[in-house]
Amino acid sequence: MKPDVKNRRDTDRKSGHVRAAIRQELAADAREEHHDPAPQAEEGKPVIEMQNVSLAFDQPILEDVSFVAREGETVVIVGESGTGKSTTLKLILRLLVPDSGRVLVDGEDVTPLTFEEALKVRQKMGMVFQGAALFDSLTVFENVAYPLREHTDLGEDDIEARVREKLQFVDLDPDEVIEKLPSELSGGMRKRVGIARGMANNPEIMLYDEPTSGLDPLTTGTITRLIMKLQRELGVTSIVVSHDIRSVFRMATKVALLHDRRIVFFGSPEDMAATEEPYIRDFLGGL
Amino acid sequence: MRREETRGRARTPSEKRLSELILRLNSRAKSSVLSIQEYFVLAWNSLRFIFARPFYTGDVIQQMDEIGVKSLGIVLLTGLFTGMVLALQSSVQLQTFGATMYIGRLVAGSMIRELGPVLAGLMVAGRVGSGIAAQLGSMKVTEQIDALNTLGTDPIKKLATPRVLAALVMVPVLTIINDVVGIVGGNLIASLMAGIPTSLYWRTVWEQIISGGFTFGVIPNDFVQGLTKPFVFGAIISITACFFGLRTSGGTEGVGHATTKTVVTSSILILVVDYFLTQLLLSILAAP
Repeated sequence: MKPDVKNRRDTDRKSGHVRAAIRQELAADAREEHHDPAPQAEEGKPVIEMQNVSLAFDQPILEDVSFVAREGETVVIVGESGTGKSTTLKLILRLLVPDSGRVLVDGEDVTPLTFEEALKVRQKMGMVFQGAALFDSLTVFENVAYPLREHTDLGEDDIEARVREKLQFVDLDPDEVIEKLPSELSGGMRKRVGIARGMANNPEIMLYDEPTSGLDPLTTGTITRLIMKLQRELGVTSIVVSHDIRSVFRMATKVALLHDRRIVFFGSPEDMAATEEPYIRDFLGGL
Repeated sequence: MRREETRGRARTPSEKRLSELILRLNSRAKSSVLSIQEYFVLAWNSLRFIFARPFYTGDVIQQMDEIGVKSLGIVLLTGLFTGMVLALQSSVQLQTFGATMYIGRLVAGSMIRELGPVLAGLMVAGRVGSGIAAQLGSMKVTEQIDALNTLGTDPIKKLATPRVLAALVMVPVLTIINDVVGIVGGNLIASLMAGIPTSLYWRTVWEQIISGGFTFGVIPNDFVQGLTKPFVFGAIISITACFFGLRTSGGTEGVGHATTKTVVTSSILILVVDYFLTQLLLSILAAP
């Protein structure tokens, strides 16, 4: 028991520092955002489109869900647990097929594709899983190199260069982590390696399943900024599933709120904050 | 409920229970048939991909090491003691007929045709089947299988095919080793406990091998039987393990269930298939 009490005291003492650090981070974000190009106008071409998608297993999961993510946008899907947020990502990846409706990736309907064709379409997308889903029998290097080995003819030197570049992009020191196994990394590092693996093939679309869940506030900030950096510097279109409202407002160009199997709000974060809809107010009140 | 209201009269509780039971049975039957279908689809795909690009040669070699080389220890022990106990039991049995000189025949016949393949199969099912199921199961529950799919890799091609191919090659090899060690163990006991000279022992072993006739005039029928079985058992073990591993759900508890189901199912399948395969092989081999 004693060490616990001591720890708590330590934490209390530290929390002041943490709050200061968060303020600093937010300030850093504000500075970065300041240099942002003006938010892209509506006319960007649609990259991901869900049209009236419904899906049921034993019971309905999604009903008549539609939204569009245009080029360079970051659409954040929020909602309570178990409302089908991750299912939406699996539909986009065509790991699941909807019962009705269409899912368009780059204007191509992915629902009627065969398994092999779907494997090809997935190469346009990088996915970051909730638990990072790194292959635990492979080193960090092998993990990030995996999509390159599978789908490109790059030589070993090029692969290594690309892996190092991606690890640097996600603020990891390549020399330090490259030989490590995923089990030797912290949660935040695993997430970052997951992002590096997702973007190894330079996909035009990135999908994130709860990228910040289970992370401390500082690492949450780091990951959020990383997602924004990816969108800003590489212009990728992103779909993020999250229930961390604070990071949602920092990175979203559009927010989709799922409730009772349907999308009850789709629009800019500003509109969401301004709405009078009771459920949305309640949801944001959880902040 | 609404459906019931439209009917002419209310149903008695026992009728209701019966219809519920039938509905439950129906859905159980449907899901079992579906599982069996999925099993064979997985079997077909993992075998078909052996001949389809890309080839994951590295994975195949790694699995051969995992399934074959690392099972060597238990297979050696199994073979040795099975052969020894066979010789011991048969020396007692044969003594009543004054036929102890035939120990070699008995040991060789039992080992090559039955015990070698079945025991190697059961041991590999326990060691390798459980390992494959646990590994693929944890990959499933930590979304690594989804990650493979997302990265454009077919998990069956990447994970199931190398394991199936490795098992198809290694289980027969392990069986041969099991047979040889078993017969040597029998030799040991026959000479120590029953006083059978080694040369006599091996002569009777040879007699047993050639007594069953030959396939294509050169391959002893005992060998045909003894090597067809482990080939089939290798397929059963690896496909069953991949099947239960890849359909794991429900977190770490699910991984445990998958492992148990793999060992139980593949062991039973080995024993049942062994009987019917023996009957089939005996009728084919005896025909000409």
